[in-house]
Amino acid sequence: MLDRVETMASAARPTVTEVPSPNESPGRKVYIPPGLPGSLVSVKPRYENYLGGRWVAPAQGGYMVDLTPVTGRPICEVPRSTAEDIERALDAAHAAKTAWGETSLAARARVLNRIADAIEQNLEMLAVTETWENGKPVRETLGADIPLSADHFRYFAGATRSLEGSSTEIDRETVAYHFHEPLGVVGQIIPFNFPLLMAAWKIAPALAAGNCTVVKPASPTPWSILKLLEVIGDLVPPGVLNVVTGPGGEIGKALASNPRIAKIAFTGETVTGRLIMQYAAQNIIPSTVELGGKSPNLFFEDVLAHDDEFLEKAVEGLVLYAFNKGEVCTCPSRALVQESIYEPFMARCLAHIRHIREGNPLDTTTQMGPQVSRQQLDKVSSYVEIGRQEGAQVLVGGRRAEMPGDLAGGYYYEPTVLKGDNKMRVFQEEIFGPVLAVTTFKDEAEAIEIANDTLYGLGAGVWTRDGARAYRVGRAIKAGRVWTNCYHLYPAGAAFGGYKISGVGRENHRMMLEHYSEVKNLLVSYSPKPLGLFSE
Amino acid sequence: MNVPERDRGAAPAAPVPRVAATSRARAALAELRRTVGPVALFQSGGCCDGSLPLCFPDGEIELGPNDLRLGSVDGTPVYLDRRLLAVWGSSQWILDVADGAPEGFSLAAGPEAHFVARARIVAAGAFPDLERAAAAP
Repeated sequence: MLDRVETMASAARPTVTEVPSPNESPGRKVYIPPGLPGSLVSVKPRYENYLGGRWVAPAQGGYMVDLTPVTGRPICEVPRSTAEDIERALDAAHAAKTAWGETSLAARARVLNRIADAIEQNLEMLAVTETWENGKPVRETLGADIPLSADHFRYFAGATRSLEGSSTEIDRETVAYHFHEPLGVVGQIIPFNFPLLMAAWKIAPALAAGNCTVVKPASPTPWSILKLLEVIGDLVPPGVLNVVTGPGGEIGKALASNPRIAKIAFTGETVTGRLIMQYAAQNIIPSTVELGGKSPNLFFEDVLAHDDEFLEKAVEGLVLYAFNKGEVCTCPSRALVQESIYEPFMARCLAHIRHIREGNPLDTTTQMGPQVSRQQLDKVSSYVEIGRQEGAQVLVGGRRAEMPGDLAGGYYYEPTVLKGDNKMRVFQEEIFGPVLAVTTFKDEAEAIEIANDTLYGLGAGVWTRDGARAYRVGRAIKAGRVWTNCYHLYPAGAAFGGYKISGVGRENHRMMLEHYSEVKNLLVSYSPKPLGLFSE
Repeated sequence: MNVPERDRGAAPAAPVPRVAATSRARAALAELRRTVGPVALFQSGGCCDGSLPLCFPDGEIELGPNDLRLGSVDGTPVYLDRRLLAVWGSSQWILDVADGAPEGFSLAAGPEAHFVARARIVAAGAFPDLERAAAAP
């Protein structure tokens, strides 16, 4: 691979972005931006939708420009699809659903495992693609997004083969059999923050359960999934997996409200989630929605009892709010620190935060890249402004990060910490950026009270050396995922989803197979005798 | 940010209008009303492309008992989930337009533009009209 990536020594090519950080490290690589000579990633000027196993131009011929947040410049064009393209995709999916639904478990699992193999074989290429389109550091895509995507397909390849129906002997001659049957064709809408991983979270269980799917990627990140399809498209029977790009208001609605889907799955914003559920109600189909969060991260005083590895881990656990530049539904965006350790603990955390290396996300030493779009950058800025107006104290950051050279046109914001009160808007509303709101608590009861004083209930973190306290607090927090002495781990097999207005449904677990299946009950009588209700 | 203009639809008795809009936002809404017909704005709680006002054709989102009418901009209603009220209680809500197409399901605020909500923190209790409305069943 070394011959295909740019090392620091040869980074003088004018088209390669300047790297602001002076820190040298031996394993450092700076990947060449996609589309440039020598890059791992080829870029076509224009992409098409993927329908029925083929690349198909949008019916109305419209395209939209896809930008990279790294420099603010265009990557390529993708279809600005219309409702007609959704119908075509549904045609393709419906044509494929019977054969795929009847495909043996072994054969379905083989397809999923081959997808996983192909993702791994193209790990670096997909990581650079994802980084270029989303802005997340390549160290994250190399280490998390892409390997986790591959593993997700493997997990569901195995899970689907182990899923069993049931039989109940109602009485000696009457048996209730329960089978899982595919739903048929489902619609899936993917968010921009983990374009490939969230696609894997949705596509893998749907296909594993024998469904065909029509996928709509997020408007700011339509390209990486098309690159993924270049790699895995041929491994899947035509029509089983279809991707249509375009504006949410048009094709998202056309998909979610379509009477030809049997389920809609959505990850994204709360009002839209409500709209998705409304469409599902109108068609009487199931929906799963994974929505916002304002996840509390609780640090009890005993974390500071020793100056050891665990303390370092806890400090990192707070700094993880900057993971994926804060564009994570479960971003630990509220740090609740016990009053007795606030000063020394935050001093250590702030020292780390001041040294977060922000810049070109294609550099493996970069720890934080740009926000995904100008829209998101503006939103982050405006929330920090609101925080200032409310009287929150800016402990670090609080402004756009100025970048040199090509990066100057990108959407960089400094990692920011605001100290304030949990009633402030910056503690209550999801900013979806690298902005941490920190406050203190006196004791365990107050910690739980503040943690639960939010509309959301997606994630939470609890840090303590006391196992019993970790258990008590973890159970008391009203959130679907409570990381205990860890944060931001997303292994397949750990159910993920929200309490309260953070959504309905779970992902990332074998139980998803049931969410993507109908239950067929055969109630069978082995008795020859009539019931006798209408006998003479 | 442009200086917000007073919302013609707000209760004149309120010392500070709860809902205001910039001239660019008012022009964008006027254009939407002309091309799409009646529209409505919903302030979103969060996640991804959220924490923004989303604009839909009026009636696209079915109103429920927990939807609160925050006010209106030239007759276009602005709704907020009742549960968000406690959070927004001390903010004046100022509709504005920023560059870039909407990233979710919202109608655009003109070519390559989207609606945003600016805020001005005002003294608690400045919006008696809405607080009464919120207390009503």
